[in-house]
Amino acid sequence: MSEFWDSWGGWIVVLLRCVFSVAFVMQIVPVLIWGERKGAAYVQDRPGPNRAPVDIPNPLDIPRLLGDVLAGRPLKYKPVVSLRAAGLVHTLNDVVKLAFKEDITPNHVEKFYWTIAPVIAMTIALCTFSVVPFGDTLLGYKLQVSDMDGGLLFVLAMTSLGVYGIMLAGWASNNKFSLLGGLRSSAQMVSYELAMGLSAVVVFLQAGSVSLSDIAAMQAQPLDILGVVQIPALNWTVFSPFGFLAFVLFFVSAFAETNRTPFDLPEGEAELVGGYHTEYSSFRFALFFMAEYANMVVASSVTATLFFGGYDVPFLSGETIRANADLILGVLGVAGIPAFLTFAVIAWKRQGRPFYAAIPKDDPRQNEPKFFTAVWLGAAGAHAALAAVGFMGGLTALSTWAEMPALGGDLLALVLHVTCLIVKVLMFCWVFIWVRWTLPRFRYDQLMNLGWRYMLPTALVNVFLAAGWIIVRHELFA
Amino acid sequence: MTESVLFYLFSLLAVIAGVSVITQRSPIASALSLVVCFFALAADYVMLDAHFVAVVQVLVYAGAIMVLFIFVIMLLNIREPSPGFTPLSPRGMFGMGAAGLLGVAIIAMLDGLVHAPMATLPEGYGRIAEVGKVLFQGAYLLPFEAVSLLLTVGMIGAVVLAKREV
Repeated sequence: MSEFWDSWGGWIVVLLRCVFSVAFVMQIVPVLIWGERKGAAYVQDRPGPNRAPVDIPNPLDIPRLLGDVLAGRPLKYKPVVSLRAAGLVHTLNDVVKLAFKEDITPNHVEKFYWTIAPVIAMTIALCTFSVVPFGDTLLGYKLQVSDMDGGLLFVLAMTSLGVYGIMLAGWASNNKFSLLGGLRSSAQMVSYELAMGLSAVVVFLQAGSVSLSDIAAMQAQPLDILGVVQIPALNWTVFSPFGFLAFVLFFVSAFAETNRTPFDLPEGEAELVGGYHTEYSSFRFALFFMAEYANMVVASSVTATLFFGGYDVPFLSGETIRANADLILGVLGVAGIPAFLTFAVIAWKRQGRPFYAAIPKDDPRQNEPKFFTAVWLGAAGAHAALAAVGFMGGLTALSTWAEMPALGGDLLALVLHVTCLIVKVLMFCWVFIWVRWTLPRFRYDQLMNLGWRYMLPTALVNVFLAAGWIIVRHELFA
Repeated sequence: MTESVLFYLFSLLAVIAGVSVITQRSPIASALSLVVCFFALAADYVMLDAHFVAVVQVLVYAGAIMVLFIFVIMLLNIREPSPGFTPLSPRGMFGMGAAGLLGVAIIAMLDGLVHAPMATLPEGYGRIAEVGKVLFQGAYLLPFEAVSLLLTVGMIGAVVLAKREV
């Protein structure tokens, strides 16, 4: 085992990290598509997607089914449960629809560029996540695909390359609306890149590094107020004097870079049909569609890492988690029990809803509340088991058994850090969705004015003020 | 070993893309070949431990300057291949190849004459911190500031000249 690990361990870790970073982005995308629809429905005061079901064999029917089959009785019910999962199944249907639609290549397009454009868009979106750290260390390995020296510069470089996908799509589609969409997109992205880079400079100045793992590690340090008080949290850049303005500028630029409303002029449907993706159908369109959400995930995770501590759990530093791993696991297990029991009660109560009264008694959708009650009860049970394992010192025992003293604490730290990063990412993604369904689209001159006349000078002044503040602090208190 | 193989692969890619820039007929294809060339050069810089230069190469050249180039090409919507282009005759190609080989031979000879022993790179070579120290604390501070002033003057000049037209 040890020899094998010495020769192949490094490669396995690299592979796992790559797989994780792609999976991280790709797994949040369907959730976001669902979130977008539910968010739109919430803003517009309607229920949103809630119909499409997926039928699976009902595990709760197994005892009844066995009894009937063994006794030779005819079945009077379908042993099936229809899961609607609050509309999550719609995303699955979308994928099937897009994959099986006819893939049309119009005759008038520039074939080569038209084909590679969506691929470029998606590839760039997935590459960018590789410099974002999703935890501190696991058995000495950094939890980041590549801790390159460039760090955030790499993110900026990749976002600036992302425009090629949209530009090429617009140009290669060979019609004037798509071309206008591509032109708008390139002008917009070049303009907002400057404000984005300058607002990030404040973070560089405070962290003294461009590497995202250094920036995240710096924010995980306790907050030191004039060398007198030390608070074990809140050392995030957004709470620093000039960090908040930098955060606002960065996040607004991120809206422009991801082409989201109110900056979605490249696909403004009122004047440009569909903008740069008018000519695309089937899975080529799906690539653009997914790239937009992947860009949102990446922009959110970079914002979280730069300004909100990244993977940092507030009030729980990596050392604290490792030192008290068993206790933390026990407490989390206990805290999880009431939470999941509440979910179970909610699921059970749904049985009486008008929807279930309105559909026939033998409809497989009737089984849904019972199924979810069982799932949530199971989750509560699992949490009880976790609490027991934690309080009995299970993580320490695991480390001793595997002969790796740091294993238990590192695993718990990894899970907590990744969960924390996901929570932060989803929070920012929700802001993206919220803004999209709240604000109308800018006019193009307003967009350019905002970028060049307001955001760029503000970002510049902010950099000077932050630099001055750092010198003053250094001279006075250090 | 892996690094030198990758280095030569990317160098080959850069040369192919560079040749493609001048042989492609459509302006967009030429511009995109140039982007690929920049990208391959950036990969070569990474192999040479010049991380900062590599990232800036992509950020500035591929990400900003070439985007503006392509923007202009798209805005003017030039689709016809450039007219004055005639493919090289076999004689011309042979001549170019011979000239290239001669050049390589001369460089190899000079390289043999002045070949210095391999120097070991200092700690942190090519990293952002080191590049920053060289630019802002070393002997290059004055040239650096002079160049940035020159660029500002050029930019303002361009705006003033263009503004007169409007």
